[in-house]
Amino acid sequence: MSLKIKSSIVRKYLMALSGLFLVIFLLQHFTINLTSVFSKEMFNFLSHFMGNNPLVQFVLQPVLIFGVVFHFIMGFILEFKNRSSRNQKYYNFKGKANSSWISRNMILSGIVILSFLGLHFYDFWIPEMQYKYIEFLPENPDRYFDELVHKFESLPRVIIYNISFIFLSLHLLHGFSSSFQTIGFNNKYTISLKFFTISFSIIIPLGFILIALFHYLN
Amino acid sequence: MNLKLKIWRQPNKDSKGGMVNYSIEDVSPDMSFLEMMDMLNEQLIKSGDDPVAFDHDCREGICGMCSMFINGEAHGPDKLITTCQLHMRKFKDGDTIAIEPFRANSFPVIKDLAVDRSSFDRIQQAGGFISINTSGNTQDANAIPIDKHNADTAFDAATCIGCGACVATCKNASAMLFVSAKVSQYALLPQGKVEATDRVLNMVNQMDEEGFGNCTNTGACEVECPKGISLENIARLNREYIWATAKG
Ligand code: HEM
Ligand code: SF4
Ligand code: FES
Repeated sequence: MSLKIKSSIVRKYLMALSGLFLVIFLLQHFTINLTSVFSKEMFNFLSHFMGNNPLVQFVLQPVLIFGVVFHFIMGFILEFKNRSSRNQKYYNFKGKANSSWISRNMILSGIVILSFLGLHFYDFWIPEMQYKYIEFLPENPDRYFDELVHKFESLPRVIIYNISFIFLSLHLLHGFSSSFQTIGFNNKYTISLKFFTISFSIIIPLGFILIALFHYLN
Repeated sequence: MNLKLKIWRQPNKDSKGGMVNYSIEDVSPDMSFLEMMDMLNEQLIKSGDDPVAFDHDCREGICGMCSMFINGEAHGPDKLITTCQLHMRKFKDGDTIAIEPFRANSFPVIKDLAVDRSSFDRIQQAGGFISINTSGNTQDANAIPIDKHNADTAFDAATCIGCGACVATCKNASAMLFVSAKVSQYALLPQGKVEATDRVLNMVNQMDEEGFGNCTNTGACEVECPKGISLENIARLNREYIWATAKG
């Protein structure tokens, strides 16, 4: 089998698979964040594990980074290709008569998420890498919770964080169910699946927002 | 009814076009949209102007020739119809109606509202057929048992008239609904299975070569398709394509 990376359908498939992979990662990230509300010890334990387990650090983390980078680069490539498929634009184009705003603006929600990821890396990932691999500071398994709480002290940060999650919710409201259609799953279960993907796309981002507000208000 | 029309005029494929304003009076609400266009053209011919070029043939919703993007939608504001099936009673006295050609790089304008949809023909030629010996010894199709559900689904896909509304409507100018209908109508029937692998690979390859955009599942095509071709066909096309790619 030759990988036809130029084929429109192969690209779309990879877009869907990377998107689904990110959804699974999001769920895992959410689960760990959620523990910070209930148990400082649990949160520290899980963060320490994720931050120091070699399998997570040297296998899963690079896969994740590749997944994110692949997803947004392919997103930009497809957006560019799609825009250039109709050079002469319509004088009057009534998109809302037949499709949702969210589905027509995936690149916009994607760009907001991407900017947020930049900030998130700057906030957590870069200091973390510096701590562990550049400055070689001694590992303190209890530091994670305090670092988290410290980040959520600033109101502008909490606002930016929460706005980004609203856009993530929009991105997923179309993207999550769309990826099943792309991989070829559209049958009598689609209605139930849509209910699940829509609930997921609202509940998980809302959960992230509530966790941030919880730490800000405490 | 009296109406104002804004119509895309473009003398030939190489010239730059533009929207031109016209007024038309005494349009009957019982006229079809194309009859209203005929009336306008008579008016233009009488006054010595060049009539508006537009495609049409059957005028009963089966040939797929009539195109036109009317007030921002392919085939105008009604659903499950072609432009020839659109009636003027859908509009109000005094309305302004914007009329444009179907737009996509793969559907270049020939003149005014007439576009060249031969890219669809080339996709069909790449695989939208079955190779059957028709020299008098063809087997009776009814001799082959076919699951009723598959027969119905294949029939539904086969109702695609190749009009191009899906491409015109899609924000990406993607031809996936058309190609998926053409692939599905064979994929579900035993006669089509024989050449299924090559068919889907060749048709999608031709679709990509023609420069259509990539599907992003907005679903606009399904809503504007005059024949109600469903997105399930696109999911089937994706499955067929990935299987065929895996097989080589
Ligand atoms: C890093 C910034 C991101 C950008 C620039 C971006 C961009 C895009 C674009 C342009 C699409 C294509 C729309 C389509 O084909 O319908 C898309 C689809 C998708 N995205 Fe993202 N995205 C980003 C992040 C994410 C994240 C973090 C997730 C999950 C948590 C995600 C999940 C999805 C899913 C599930 C799809 C649907 C794929 C499909 O329709 O087959 N994206 N994204
Ligand atoms: S799928 Fe529908 S809109 Fe597209 S060409 Fe066929 S009949 Fe026309
Ligand atoms: S003229 Fe044949 S479908 Fe409209």
